[in-house]
Amino acid sequence: MIDPVTLAVLKGRLEQIADEMDATLFRSAFNPIIAEAHDASHGLYHATTGATLVQGKSGLPIFVGAMSFAVKAVIGKAARDGDLAKGDVYIFNDPYDGGTHLSDFRLVQPFYRDGKVFCYLASVGHWHDVGGNVPGNYNPVATECFQEGMLIPPVKLFRKGELRQDIIDILQANSRLPGSLYGDLNGQINALDLGMRRMAELLDEYGDTVVAQVLVELPKRAAKLMAANISELPDGTYSAEDYLDNDGIKDTPLKIALDLTINGDQMKLDFSRSSEACAGPVNISLSTAIASIYVATKHLFTEVPANAGVLEPIEVIIPETSLLNVRAPKPVGGYTETILRIIDVIFCALADVAPERVNGCAYGTINALSLAGHRKDGSRWVMFSFFGGGHGGHPEGDGLNHGNAPISTATIPPAEILEAAYPVMFTKWALRPDSGGPGRHRGGLGAIYEIELLEENADVFLFGERGKFAPPGVVGGQPAALNKFTYQQDDGDHIPPLVSKMVGIKLKKGQHVHLETPGGGGYGHPHERDPKSVERDIALGFVSPEKAIDDYAVVLDANGGLDLGKTTELRKAMQS
Amino acid sequence: MNKASSSYAIGVDVGGTFTDVFFLNEATGHCEVAKVPSTPGDQSQGFIEGIRQKVTDFSDVSTVVHGTTVGTNALLERKGAMTGIITTAGFRDVLEMRRRDRPNTWGLWGQFEPVVPRNFRLEVSERTLADGTIRQKVNPTEVQNAARELLCLGAKSVCIAFINAYANSENEQIALQALREIWPNNYIGASSDILPEIREFERTSTTTLNAYLQPTVAGYLHKLETALKDDGFDGQVLIVQSNGGVMTVETARKLPVRTALSGPAAGVIASAHIAVEAGFPNVITCDMGGTSFDVSLVAEGKSALAAQSNIDFGMTVRTPMIEITTIGAGGGSIAWVDRGGLLQVGPESAGSNPGPVCYGLGNDRPTVTDANVVLGRINANKPIGGKLEQLDVEEAKKAIETHVAIPLDLEVMAAAEAIIRVANSKMAGAIRLVSIERGYDPKNFSAMPFGGGGALHTGALIKEVGLQSALVPRYPGINSALGCTIADMRHDFVQTVNGILKTLDMVSLDSKLSDLAAQGLKLLTDAGVSFESHDVLFELDMSYLGQTHTVDVPLPLNFDGGKIGVSAEVIHSAFVTRYQEVYGRPLEGIPVRILNLRVSTIGRRPKFDLGLLAPEDGISLNDTRTGTRNVWFDGAFHETGVFDRLPMSIGTQVPGPAILEQPDATICIEPDLQGRVDRFGNLIITRKEGS
Repeated sequence: MIDPVTLAVLKGRLEQIADEMDATLFRSAFNPIIAEAHDASHGLYHATTGATLVQGKSGLPIFVGAMSFAVKAVIGKAARDGDLAKGDVYIFNDPYDGGTHLSDFRLVQPFYRDGKVFCYLASVGHWHDVGGNVPGNYNPVATECFQEGMLIPPVKLFRKGELRQDIIDILQANSRLPGSLYGDLNGQINALDLGMRRMAELLDEYGDTVVAQVLVELPKRAAKLMAANISELPDGTYSAEDYLDNDGIKDTPLKIALDLTINGDQMKLDFSRSSEACAGPVNISLSTAIASIYVATKHLFTEVPANAGVLEPIEVIIPETSLLNVRAPKPVGGYTETILRIIDVIFCALADVAPERVNGCAYGTINALSLAGHRKDGSRWVMFSFFGGGHGGHPEGDGLNHGNAPISTATIPPAEILEAAYPVMFTKWALRPDSGGPGRHRGGLGAIYEIELLEENADVFLFGERGKFAPPGVVGGQPAALNKFTYQQDDGDHIPPLVSKMVGIKLKKGQHVHLETPGGGGYGHPHERDPKSVERDIALGFVSPEKAIDDYAVVLDANGGLDLGKTTELRKAMQS
Repeated sequence: MNKASSSYAIGVDVGGTFTDVFFLNEATGHCEVAKVPSTPGDQSQGFIEGIRQKVTDFSDVSTVVHGTTVGTNALLERKGAMTGIITTAGFRDVLEMRRRDRPNTWGLWGQFEPVVPRNFRLEVSERTLADGTIRQKVNPTEVQNAARELLCLGAKSVCIAFINAYANSENEQIALQALREIWPNNYIGASSDILPEIREFERTSTTTLNAYLQPTVAGYLHKLETALKDDGFDGQVLIVQSNGGVMTVETARKLPVRTALSGPAAGVIASAHIAVEAGFPNVITCDMGGTSFDVSLVAEGKSALAAQSNIDFGMTVRTPMIEITTIGAGGGSIAWVDRGGLLQVGPESAGSNPGPVCYGLGNDRPTVTDANVVLGRINANKPIGGKLEQLDVEEAKKAIETHVAIPLDLEVMAAAEAIIRVANSKMAGAIRLVSIERGYDPKNFSAMPFGGGGALHTGALIKEVGLQSALVPRYPGINSALGCTIADMRHDFVQTVNGILKTLDMVSLDSKLSDLAAQGLKLLTDAGVSFESHDVLFELDMSYLGQTHTVDVPLPLNFDGGKIGVSAEVIHSAFVTRYQEVYGRPLEGIPVRILNLRVSTIGRRPKFDLGLLAPEDGISLNDTRTGTRNVWFDGAFHETGVFDRLPMSIGTQVPGPAILEQPDATICIEPDLQGRVDRFGNLIITRKEGS
């Protein structure tokens, strides 16, 4: 067995290789979704199973779980073709075969040592535009993946170290932004080159046997740690349900239901009661579902290292008819919305048995908003961004105002950068009062973004959620405010018929779109909130006096100040 | 101002525990050092006391250069002034919304409390567009009404941060003028003066933190100057900035945010100077404290500068700072075994109070220092710092046994060594981060420890990372104070351009660059400090069109008062060269963009001869031997010589294993390493021949 010290040392070294690959791509990427939002990831994967061995710490959390499926897909392809060679690099974005959605392009490369595959290295990044009906590829009315973009199965981008320009030509011809695509692809190649070099150096230094032993041992340790965490939870079955507003086609809610069973040091997640596959793009593939379970688990048990071992004590049940387990050509472009809901139900199911671990649900929608058109000189512009919201209240305090989605670590581009790059002007970029779910620890606030068009015409697309079902609170905490989107036309402001999803809104110069994002759910009963904290929330404008009275059972005096005595009395009376 | 005889240049570094003072007698060339306890309530007391240790008549002092943590502490402890922000309608929450981030990748329990609460952030109607067009002019009366409201609330300082003010400062300047008419003090600022650079959160945050620090830092500097004058001082006080250069007190009052990393920056400056003089232009400085390990890269004698830094989550300061990478591995870092059976060191730390188990102040979980004590590397009878008489080795051993040895099924000595190895590996990771990850080969670098604990680990680090050698300065414990006395004066300017190189007006770019250069040189002249020479550096932040991250592109141009001769060709070729250095493959056919221009003006202050620090001749290694200890290396005890470091003569060779002690540091030379005293009294540690 490997000695514990070498194990600890090499764990750090291996993680650093993946981190360094992340950093290389972030810095050199062309599109802001990778460069600013860090929608990319890198890691090392098992030579025969594709299981995640080591993953970078700075990449997009959701990819951490998804990448091993991508490597498995390549291993399968190479086995069928029987022509895997040193210097090969596969590229693909097939969401049903180890992918997430079409925007995410994966590069997978075998790392050879003494003529044998030692492990795989992989890189994934979200490209700016991969064709399809909608710039930026968040097409809320897609009914087949062909309307979402090009679909590339695993093919060789490099054959024995030689770049196949044909492949790049095909990719570029299918994108609205071929320059951006070329730049991002180059960044990913650079990241893999660097990873290969670093891996070789490490093996030369420590020897192949030692490193191989470490790679076997690390997932074992993670599995053991995860099992230890699970066994601390009481045995039993715990359930939670939540809903997606609709699939973008038909205005019917879609159920995401979880029955979570703890049995000793094993956990079973059964999603069988969830809705069946839908017509629109909020379906996901099985690999994506498992990846999101991984993310939820890592948020709950932060100390478990990021590798395949985490999932070992966890059994997942999702029927093949479910919207959480679809195959081609069912559309999956809006996978981000569905996986956020999976994370929410896992937190809610565990809230009663592990209140010290969970938090109120975060705002729960990516709000992919794109404004696109042509400038006076005829050039095309596409402003595509994801917007933030509140995080849930938690055992230690109120939720974070205006945070990023739990599946990502993305930062938002500054308003000034967007205004400098596109013909838009933000007329509001602010926190949204009364959007945090009431609770002993209040949910964080969502945001209000209002954008005015400065060019003659633009088309607007929105892919959001939580317009009908608010982010829930936990442990007695209340839900946050709903997502709210309006767009201005000649006859005034409109709400989309499907609330948070719409394509082809025509905007004229001087007209606005207005987005109010949800806050986070509350934690603990709101009547237990310190009245002084409620008073401060009122003073800061986080909570209106009306809502304070309704939600928190506080009594205000004639000047709007807190009447502590009467508040205590009122709360006592309400309790009995 | 300078006196002909007996004039001292004094460097003062005020740390959390000690105030270090470095005295250079400019007339005789004589150097001395002093260390006194810091006075946290009013740092100026310890400051004056420190100088009094060696100088009685303060009129003998020509210059006092100061690395201060007053600003840093006010930020970390949120003890700045009540500050107001006046901003564009619709944008009052920019400071609190940040860039939509969260503190940790995993776990969703973050919180953020901005230094200016929401009711102190007021909006006025005004708007500038991204191209600089004024869409709505600001109304001075509205600004004054907002200011009065802030005064009523109790604001002591105020700043203006308007959207797109980097592109046109007109509205901000009108608002600033309106403020001046009614605001009762000078603690006012505008974002277009503090940081005329695109990105509203970073600009607002920097401007706000500046205003937040103004009353605190200005108050401190006033106290300091008064106290110095009361003792007869009539020389000049200079303050070290985070960029490693000094500024006048007048500038520091206006731009206190530039002192955010003042203290550590001075240490890096000293290291760079010592290293270059000693013939090691490439070093990685390593400062090991109680809870953290700070590393910084010096390449070809120059420190790396970072454009911005987060003092805490969401507390962003965007001014050039010496790039210091911090990881949670210090002497107080706690070693533990996780439930998966993996040995971990940190991030939890026992700090300096209660501190390591061996301090006997109540902590019972083993730390890195405890492992060093158990292994015999630290002298338990002579702890550094003088706070304690004796370290408790047995308790430290017991803690390692309980928390590490038993869970891992190791002997206690092996467990102690394992703690050191894991800690070293974390530190090595930090060194790789600043070297390998930036494309520098560790083979060409030496480690340079400063602070009290770093020199215990640097020997191991050179092996772990593959560094060339380690260079232990003569006085590792007072490095920052020494750095103060040799820091140059430096002023940095930034201005957002945001244009395509091909279509940019070169005449206007040239005059922008030369105007800022002239402005910077005037600041140097007005400071009344004597310089050996001036340097002006021009740099552009550039990228291919479509990229959001930029590379810093130094321009090979000189300033002689007139045009500097900038051209699209010069810029393009400088960009391609730099891009290749940073990323590898340059790209064809994509237009090149200039985001920001940067100008730095540097006044080179005379450096003193480090040879003045050198030890006396004629003392043999044996003369400095103070004893022998059993020290554990590589799985076994080695009989190890213990030596008094400071008296060691130039050229002394110290074969490992050896422990070298001095009042402010302990140096560990492992069995396969050797030490040599250079002509300045520095100790150079290298591998033994054949190992």
